[in-house]
Amino acid sequence: MKMSKSPWLLHYDASSCNGCDIEVLASTTPVYDVERFGVINTGNPKHADILVVTGGVNYQNKPVLEQLYAQMPDPKVVVAAGICACDGGVFKDCYNILGGIDKVIPVDVYAPGCAVRPECLIDAVVKAIAILDEKRARMKAENKA
Amino acid sequence: MSKISVVPYGPQHPVLPEPVHLDLVLQDEKIVSAIPSIGFIHRGLEKLVEKRDYKEMVFVAERICGICSFGHGMGYCEAVENVMKVEVPDRAKYLRTIFQEMSRLHSHTLWLGLAADAFGYESLFMQTWRIREKILDMLEMATGGRVIFSIVDVGGLRKDVPDEMLAEFAKRLKDLREDYNRITAAFLEDDAVKSRLCGVGVLTIEQANDLGCCGPFLRASGVRRDSRMTDYEAYAKLDFEPVVSHDGDSYARCVVRIKEIYQSIDLIEQAIAQIPAGDVCTPVKGMPDGEYLARVEQPRGEALYYVKGNGTKNLERFRVRTPTFANIPGLVEVLKGQDFADVGTLILTIDPCISCTER
Amino acid sequence: MRQPIRAGEMMICEIDPDTLLDEVTKLKYSEWRLMQICATKTGEDSYEVLYTFGHGYRLRSIRLKISGEAKLSSITSIYPIAYLYENEMHDLFGIEIDMINIDFKGGLFRTGVKAPFK
Repeated sequence: MKMSKSPWLLHYDASSCNGCDIEVLASTTPVYDVERFGVINTGNPKHADILVVTGGVNYQNKPVLEQLYAQMPDPKVVVAAGICACDGGVFKDCYNILGGIDKVIPVDVYAPGCAVRPECLIDAVVKAIAILDEKRARMKAENKA
Repeated sequence: MSKISVVPYGPQHPVLPEPVHLDLVLQDEKIVSAIPSIGFIHRGLEKLVEKRDYKEMVFVAERICGICSFGHGMGYCEAVENVMKVEVPDRAKYLRTIFQEMSRLHSHTLWLGLAADAFGYESLFMQTWRIREKILDMLEMATGGRVIFSIVDVGGLRKDVPDEMLAEFAKRLKDLREDYNRITAAFLEDDAVKSRLCGVGVLTIEQANDLGCCGPFLRASGVRRDSRMTDYEAYAKLDFEPVVSHDGDSYARCVVRIKEIYQSIDLIEQAIAQIPAGDVCTPVKGMPDGEYLARVEQPRGEALYYVKGNGTKNLERFRVRTPTFANIPGLVEVLKGQDFADVGTLILTIDPCISCTER
Repeated sequence: MRQPIRAGEMMICEIDPDTLLDEVTKLKYSEWRLMQICATKTGEDSYEVLYTFGHGYRLRSIRLKISGEAKLSSITSIYPIAYLYENEMHDLFGIEIDMINIDFKGGLFRTGVKAPFK
């Protein structure tokens, strides 16, 4: 059974303005409905395959984000949703912002936009699913070897 | 034998999409006290005034919060306009009122959805958000953006909305009322929902006044105060009364928000019927010099915007007092003596916006 | 038709830092509620602090000027909810405040840079 048929998604709000957060939620509800790809929104990092992060990292939530990432089982994919998560966006120059989330954890898919549009996010999640499959195949091959 | 324990609540929590963090002191299953801590979304955007000029700051102000984005942009512009003595055209005032009420509609609908999700009513959550998309469609039609639409500018609006589109809005709002009638019954009459809300987290009228609460949280405790009754934008020309409930419990807060949804629809309809023709933007000359404290009623309560300019293009100080910040003492009070299992819904009943609070 | 009340206002009364508690007590007894406290940096090592109060829909403010080393007395004995604003002021501006009822000691806003507005 391929995991990519039903990847579970964990959403973490790093220091987003809520705009991207509600768009992430909106993509799981009717009209956009990413659940039709089998994606389910979960609150538990130990059940999650895809980590969707909104907002840039600040000093306070850096360890939280690292911990969430570490708690997710392999293989895992990270989606940076919104321009703030990609590189800091409008808050780039703020004293408390470190920058995009790739300063802290590796990012696989970047979905820009302020706020990120649900269409863009769904596209990013579909891309993430493909990467998830790749990572899984690689892990399997490594285990055999 | 009762045992005292401290439970950290958040920052990442399944019920709350935002990183709220509370340290809860529990005696068995009852909460003795709650200690809030802030800083997970602190960006420090007030300091950006040193790097951005007063016109660019409009975009930053809109990104204080993505849910009440329009209101923040409007509050900031109001403050700057008053400092610079700019008279905003009437049409822009009406349009701003319409956009602000639409933001309130979508914010309260969002809250209803999250509340349904917190009780475990998954399909009610989905239905509520389906309705919310209809409001977002209207916003997208008029501005091109769904949640952050950057239409407000110092001096008015960036763009006019044609009358035909406003007529179309009026038509869609009629259908929207029908939709709301269908879902609100589930919140107000369902026994299971009532058992989670009625009598839980009571805040008396004295407490609400002393703790400086605002917005629906305050009005649910019986205080008749809504900043929209003051004279800003077109509110003075519209006919409405603040929505008040007297029980002060979670159910009363839910009732107030639902009534405000209908009130907002009514306000938009009134504004569309009255809107005058004309320009939507006054050209702005010069630099802000002076100070002003503007006040705007956001979906979550009263927000204050303090602006101080010194005659250069960069402001000297921009400060926002957001409604959730003012509601924290109230929340801490409400949590005392409640069951641990109710914490999620109780935090939700103040409609927290952490991103506003921490800026 | 309703009587229009101005939404924003700049009714500011300048006071001496030593008379802060007296002024605030007077406001408390005439049933004004605390709406916000805001600090502004006005120059190298000098700040002004603005306290805004509301009564119904009316607003009024008091303002005082202090230097960086001066200790400001807390108004939490009169308005307990001021602790949030005062801790905020301490964390962001580095203004020392005396006798706060709930003192986070710099732990409310945990910023990467200490007192970034200083």
